[in-house]
Formats: sequence, structure tokens, C-alpha cells
Amino acid sequence: MSGYRLNTGGLIDHSQRVRFSWGGQPFEGHPGDTLASALLANGVDIVGRSFKYHRPRGILGAGLEEPNAIVQLGDGATTIPNRKATEVELFDGLSASAVNAWPSPELDLMAVNGLVKRFIPAAFYYKTFTWPHWRWFEPAIRRAAGLGRAPEVADPDRYDQRHAHVDLLVVGGGLAGLAAALAAGKAGRQVLLVEGDALMGGAIFGPDAVALRAEVQRLAAELNALPNVTCKTRTLAVGYHDHNLVSLVERLTDHLPEHARRGPRQRLWKVRAQDVVLATGVIERPLVFDGNDLPGVMLASAAGLTLERHAVAPGRRVVLATNNDRAWSAALALAEAGVAVAAILDARTAAEPALLAAARAAGIAVETGTSVAAALGRRAVTGVRTTRLDAGGHAIGEGRRIACDCLLVSGGWNPAVHLHSQAGGSLGWDDGLQAFVPTHQPQPCRSVGAAAGDLDLSIRPLWQVAREGAAPSPSAWVDFQNDVTAADVALAHREAFRSVEHLKRYTTLGMASDQGKTSNVNGLAIMGSLQGKAPAEVGTTRFRPPYDPSTMGAYAGHRRGDLLKPIRRLPAHAIHAALGAMFEDYGPWRRPAFYPRPGEREAAAVAREARAVRQSAGLFDASPLGKIEVKGPDAATLLDRIYVGTMFTLKPGRCRYGLMLNEHGIVFDDGVVARIAEDHFLVGTTSGHASAVQALFQEWLQCEWTDLAVATEEVTQGWAVMNVAGPNARTILQSLETDIDLSADAFPHLAHREGRIEGVPCRIQRVSFSGELSFEVAVPTRYGPALHARLMAAGAPFGITPFGIEALMVLRTEKGFLHVGSDTDGMTLPQDIGFGGPVTAKKTDFVGRRSCLRLDGQRADRRQFVGLESLDGRLLPVGGHVLKPDEAAPARSQGWVTSSVHSPALGRPHALGMIEAGRARMGEEVQVWDLGTGYRARIVDPCAFDPYGVRMNG
Amino acid sequence: MLKIDCPYCGARAETEFRCGGESLIQRPLLDCSDAEWAAYLHTRKNPKGLHVERWHHAHGCGMWFNAARSTVTHRIHATWAMRDPVPELPE
Repeated sequence: MSGYRLNTGGLIDHSQRVRFSWGGQPFEGHPGDTLASALLANGVDIVGRSFKYHRPRGILGAGLEEPNAIVQLGDGATTIPNRKATEVELFDGLSASAVNAWPSPELDLMAVNGLVKRFIPAAFYYKTFTWPHWRWFEPAIRRAAGLGRAPEVADPDRYDQRHAHVDLLVVGGGLAGLAAALAAGKAGRQVLLVEGDALMGGAIFGPDAVALRAEVQRLAAELNALPNVTCKTRTLAVGYHDHNLVSLVERLTDHLPEHARRGPRQRLWKVRAQDVVLATGVIERPLVFDGNDLPGVMLASAAGLTLERHAVAPGRRVVLATNNDRAWSAALALAEAGVAVAAILDARTAAEPALLAAARAAGIAVETGTSVAAALGRRAVTGVRTTRLDAGGHAIGEGRRIACDCLLVSGGWNPAVHLHSQAGGSLGWDDGLQAFVPTHQPQPCRSVGAAAGDLDLSIRPLWQVAREGAAPSPSAWVDFQNDVTAADVALAHREAFRSVEHLKRYTTLGMASDQGKTSNVNGLAIMGSLQGKAPAEVGTTRFRPPYDPSTMGAYAGHRRGDLLKPIRRLPAHAIHAALGAMFEDYGPWRRPAFYPRPGEREAAAVAREARAVRQSAGLFDASPLGKIEVKGPDAATLLDRIYVGTMFTLKPGRCRYGLMLNEHGIVFDDGVVARIAEDHFLVGTTSGHASAVQALFQEWLQCEWTDLAVATEEVTQGWAVMNVAGPNARTILQSLETDIDLSADAFPHLAHREGRIEGVPCRIQRVSFSGELSFEVAVPTRYGPALHARLMAAGAPFGITPFGIEALMVLRTEKGFLHVGSDTDGMTLPQDIGFGGPVTAKKTDFVGRRSCLRLDGQRADRRQFVGLESLDGRLLPVGGHVLKPDEAAPARSQGWVTSSVHSPALGRPHALGMIEAGRARMGEEVQVWDLGTGYRARIVDPCAFDPYGVRMNG
Repeated sequence: MLKIDCPYCGARAETEFRCGGESLIQRPLLDCSDAEWAAYLHTRKNPKGLHVERWHHAHGCGMWFNAARSTVTHRIHATWAMRDPVPELPE
């Protein structure tokens, strides 16, 4: 093809030049060009290689239907793969290249695939590369067949998101859309009109173009004068969702040179509209014949639009092959612009007298009842061979050769029903148009103009130019982007993948990034003809968002990097950092895992911290522990119905450990409940689980126990909690100024006190997860850092040691204290962890109780919570499976290790686990099996240190 | 994305809510049979058509309420507060 630029005309600025590069070569265009029009104007005919066979391909379309000119834009962090050259506005400095060609589209080494084309039909890869497994071959095949490259570094651009609520959303800025917006605007409705293109107007081409363009400008000016109407260009409606929510992607800076870009690159709009008007126009479909994918074959509308918008002629000698009257205007417009039009081949038996007269006046030869049997040429069109069509639309006779460098094709016009279909609308076949048109629509949405099938069209159905009874051709392309030929459709038919859904998946027809905009109807009509069915009977697939590929950035918006999942830091985070803490994320919280000294490794630091707690004192930041206030006359009743244990009998000023189940009886959470007053409790939950527990309380209160007078409120982040633990904990705490009597008699284990400490309000609980004498001191959040500092200072004479989560896990594992979520899983019932007594003893119902009483819950061989002693001194692996002593995998697992630590206090490892009938097997030797290695172990009591709790209760 | 009419706040986007599944389920007493309890836990109507379900305005007022939604069209015919009587619904 030898496209070129006309000296005048179009909507471009002929006086200004824009430099860009294509495949590393410098080119020039004009402001107002697209990358596609500029390439055509420069005579570039091969713009890419096809997906599978690497055949040379040229520009087919002029909009989002383009299947061939798929390009990689820019490079580095801002590169975008798989854009269509027809939708890329040209700017100074733009660089682009073909996505699937190496080293260049002109000389593509992978084109060898094309030589063996007959051997790699649809589903070839899946049928052939099955041994030993498809995934062995997939990487190499994907490299050969890949599309663009994703950027390898983080996207530096910003993307915005906004919501809008309007009375009417109009999608499409062509004449129909503008008229609909104007009517509603004049009626006083809030209207938003969006157009994906840079200009309003839509598909204007042909002899009436000037008049139509003037009409567009008049309507646009009228709309601009209405304050209640907003019009946006470069804003594409990509998704139609439930309840009239439409998502739009607005391109804010993509069309600007990189140095001129300011602010967000794109904006995702979520528009909730009372009514929606779809004025999305039509998409032309090509004809299916041999060699129809050669560069130089172009949709008639694309040639018309490129001439009208960009003053570019697609070739010097043009032939039009059509089956309808609408495509003629493109050829007539080209002739008027001085381009030689060698012939119009119309499949219809007769053409309209007015068109014939216009063609005659332009000196164009017209042949009716004729189509193109084949496009000729090797790397680009050099001519066509025509054929007569018989009454059944089959090719007959030899026809003649016509030399040309550009072949315009038109196989009909499909209303762009994608959004209508996404909205849940159904489609019906229109015999007059030979296309699917919108029918029923459940949402408040209607299609107007050409999108609704409102189109004057004379058309003769012609799905494939072939002789009667001839096998569908492997050289006649249906889906250009996914390299699906008429022969592939026939193969799907032969192998019984005949429904439209099967056809799509078996051949990948319509599954490329153009979603089959030019191929779906041709493909299903050919499938229909093989079965003797009309297209209406074959039906079509439902369209899914997005209408056109959209950047991930637009959907992510601000939710990326640190904002993807905000981290909760402790009130005293800076103090922990200054103490050298190594932080880790536990649930939503970033917490100190341990505090290594210079040169100290993790294991040594954890052991030192744990030892300090056992020997003198440690300080742990327990602020994330969940805290929920429960208040009201029925507070005790609520907690009694939630917890396994009895809370009704708890005395004010005292705490009690509680276990919480879900309705399936599965252990859900545990914690310490304190009764502050008769009608006031403070519920403690595991860290990171407080919101879930609060939600559980509220669901039961609002949906089931609506008669209970009780309020619950999560206050976790209102309090900073410092846990002083160890034999010297009391002495250290007593050296702070407080009005609370901390003596052993006045403040026993599991007591709760309120008062003041160092002049600020506080709540102190004597509870212990370490097994040592331990106080949890809660102060309002803002005093957390100060409290930590005072405790460190007061504890200095005793060598108080800050300790992290890892040391706490060592301490609680030595003591055999359960950690919900580590030692329990989604099958753990309370009786499995030693709470069978309370379940049966309690007099009243509680959440999950009935589930515990099922027969399955009473099985003697249920996995039970036990300790495991290592018999060979090695640390038992968490997740290791428990087997008989003499077994090797594969063997039946009797359970597994759930927690395992090196215990500095014991001077040996200690582990916890869930083992079948474990409590009846104390002292039994087992084997723990992990990744091919066996470990000797013995089932023991979970608690391996201070079994009578002397230290904790002292 | 659904637009849901919270009885306390008015119409809001679905992203503010959490669906709690089928509503108006009777919780059996402790002495019920295993079969009754299993039905309460697991057996749901799962209709093709009108479904009465409960929703939580999790990122709003925090209140639970009932909604009658068509599982075919997603149309929400009514929403009402937990303590309010069930309104008249289409078949």
C-alpha cells in the first residue's frame, strides 16, 4: 500500500509538524493525526505481525475495532502495551513499535510459523503439547505468540477516580448522541455526554461530510451554552454495571508530549445515572475471502474517516468490494479527492441509480453481482481477482484481475451493542440490516441512532466468498487479531464445538483485545452456514467489560503502594524504632518482632528477651489487643450468650478468660473479659480481630436478640497498653505514681482496676500470656509513648528488657497457652482444646453450642491439643505431620505440629500440636514427618514450664 | 454495582455494604434435632427470583436491615429495618 497525504482538507493542521518514531525510525505527521493516519500518510504498510502465524498486517480500521495495528507505546516505566494505532493521538516525541514482531514488522523472523500454518490450526497447541505437561511448553509458545510487554518498573503516573450522579448519561458524541443530550438538556435535566474520541461527531465521512460536520458544531455549541450539560471528549464508557452504573475512563494527558503532562494521567469515573442513552454507532465488518488479511486491505469506513479527518489517501489505486450501499460513499469521497478508484465490486445484483450516476460521473467502473475472490500480493495488495456470484451467493467463474494497491472492503454494519449487552440487554437479528440489534433492556437505558439499528441500508448477506461446496479456506481470515480463519471455524464445526460459546473458546474467535469487534458476526454466520442455520439461530455471546482495554492504573487509582493497605503503627512506634526493633506486620499491625542488639541474630535476641522476662522483667507493647466496651442492663446476658464460659457470675473488678465460637461451633476468638461494673464489661479480643468480634456482637444484637438493652463499641485504638511481665513487674510498676494498690493481696491475678498512673487515667489488668507475674497497663493512646518511657526508666535498675512478639510466642508456648489461629483451625471445636467441660456444664445456650453437641463433635479420635517433646533435641517443624514411630511418608497423618520453639527456660525445644485422641496418649512416642525427614517426639502435656502457675499467681 | 436503599441513610453504593445472606431464618432451640440444626446452618432457599436477605451498612451507619432482591434482575423491591414488619412483596 502506498498511502499518502493530500495537500488540503481534513481536520489536521497542515502547517505544523509533529515528530514521532516508529520502530526506531523517525517520521513526521501533523497535529490532529492519529498514529495510524500518520503511518498511512508516510506510506508505512506493514504495521505488525499476526499473533500466531506472524503474517504481515496493515491497518484495517480507524477506531477501536482495529485488530492489526497493535502497538507498544513509549518505553520504560510509562510504556503501554497493546494500544491500537488508530486510537493513539499523535504528539511530538511519541515513540511506538509493533508488539509482535522481531526484529521488525518488515523482517519478522518468527514468520516461519506461517510456513507451517496448515499444521497449527485451532487448538493445535492444546492437542500437541500435552506430554508431559502443557506448562513445560507454555513459556516458549507464549514468547512467540505474545502481545505487548508490561512495564517492568512501577508506574510513576497518578490515576484519579471520581463518582458522578446525573439524570442522563449519553454515551457517544455523534449526531444521535448530541441530539439526545440537547433534548434532555433543554428539558432541564442534568446531562453528561461522553465521547471516547478526541472530537465530537463520530463516524462522519463521504460526500455529506462538510454539512454533517457543520451540524455537529452547531449542536455542540448549543450544548456548551447549557449550564446543566457537561460534555467530555477522550472519555470512553468501558463498563455498564448493575443499577445503571457506568464506568468511564477519561484520558487526561495521554495525548500530550511527556514534558507537557501535568496532573493525573487518567481518571476513572463511576457514573450513576437515572437514565442512559447509548449512541455508540456502528462498526463495519470486513468480507471473508482468500488473502483478506494482506496489508492494503482496509474497511471502507476506515478509508473514509482517514480521508475526512486526516487528509490521508490509503493508496493510489483503490478497489471497493462491498455488499451494501453505505460503503460507496467512502469510494466516492476518495474519487472526489483525486484518488484513482479502479472499480466498485458490489455483491448486490443492482445498485441504486443515484450511486451509479455518481460513480459514472467520477469515472469509476461498477460491477454488480460481483465480489472479490482473492486479494493478490505477497507482502501487500497488488491486485484483486474478482468473481461473479450466483443466486445463492457462491462464487462462480474465474473473474478478472484488477491491479490496485488498496482494497476497501465492507461486509455490513454491526450496531455497537456492547454496552447494551453488558447492561443485561438482549439482542435480536435484523434481517434488513443483517446484524444484531438491541431488543429488550432491563435497565433504564435505551439505544438510539445507528446503535439502535436506525440505519438506512441496502445489503446482500455475504459471509464468505467461496465456491459452492468448497472447504472453508485456511487463507480467508475471520478474526485477524487471533489469527482465526474460515477453516478454523470449519474445524470447530467438524469437532462438534458448534455452539457459539464453544466456537469462541475452541478457536479463540473474538477473544483478542478487540473482543471480536470485526469478527464475531462473520464467525458465527459462517458457523451457521455450515449447519444450515441462519445467524439469528446461532446467536451471539454476551459482551463483558471493558469495551476497550483499560490501564490497570485507572482501576487502582490511589489504592497502590502504601495506600493499598494502610499499615497501623503503634502509638509508641518511634520508641520501638529507637530501641532497635525489627518490625513485622501481624494482621493490620506493624509491631516489634524482636529487638536485636548490634550484631545479634534473631534467635539470640528472642532467647535473651524471653530469659529476661523469666528472670526479672520485660516490657511488651500490647496496644493492638482488641478492646470492646459492652454496656447496658443486658450486658451480662449478651456475653453469656456469646461465650463458652459463664460471664453472668463474674464480679465487678475481676477478669475471666473467655472462648468464643461461631455458630458452627468452631473456635473463633479468645480473650479476657473484665467486669467494670454490674452493667459494664470490657471485652478483650485477639489482636487484629476486634472489628470482627464487634461485628459479631452487632449482628446478633440487631438481627436476633433485638430485645437486649446493650450497646457495644470497639475502643481498641483509644488505649495504649503496656505489659510489664516478670518476677520484678510489681516492684517496677509500684515505683510509678499511682492511686491503685498493686500489692498481691489487693490486686490478685485476674483482677481489673481503674485509677490514675503518673497523673493520667489508667486501667490495669493482672493477666498473663507469658506465665509470669504480669500487668497490662492501659492509658489513653496519646500517653502510650510516655508510659513506655517511664516504665523503661523505672525498670532500668532491674534490667527491664523490651520484648517482641517472637519472645512472647516462646513464653506462651512453654506454658502451653493456646493461640487462636495458630493452634486452632477451621475444624477446631472447644472440646478439642480442653473446653469440653464448660460446653456441657453450662445451663444456657450460647453461640455454637448446639454444633458442638453433634455426633461428630463427640468422636473419640478427634484431634486434640497436646504438647510435643523433641526426643533428639531438634526443633520440631511447624506443619510437620504426626506418624507412627516406624512409619515413613506416604502414611496416614494423625495430626500436625502447630507451634514450636526453642525454650531458653527449659534448655530444649518444646512444641504444641493437634493430634488424634492426643489427650489419651500422653507419653506415647510418635514421629513428626516433614519434607522427607523424620523427627522423634513424645506426646506430653501442653504446659512444660511452671505447671501449677506459681509464678503467675504469686 | 448495586444501589441499595439503607432504611437509615438512603441510597448508597453497594461497596458500603456487606451482604449477610438469607434473612428471616428462625434459630432453633438447643434441644432441636441434628437435622433441624443442620438445616438452620446450611440449607438456604437460593431462589431464582425474589430473595429476602440481610445487609449490613458496614461502611455507613453500621445497621443491619432486610432487602428483597431479585436474583435474576438484581432489582431491589424493598428494604426495611430489622424491627419493621415484612412489607408486601411481589410473587
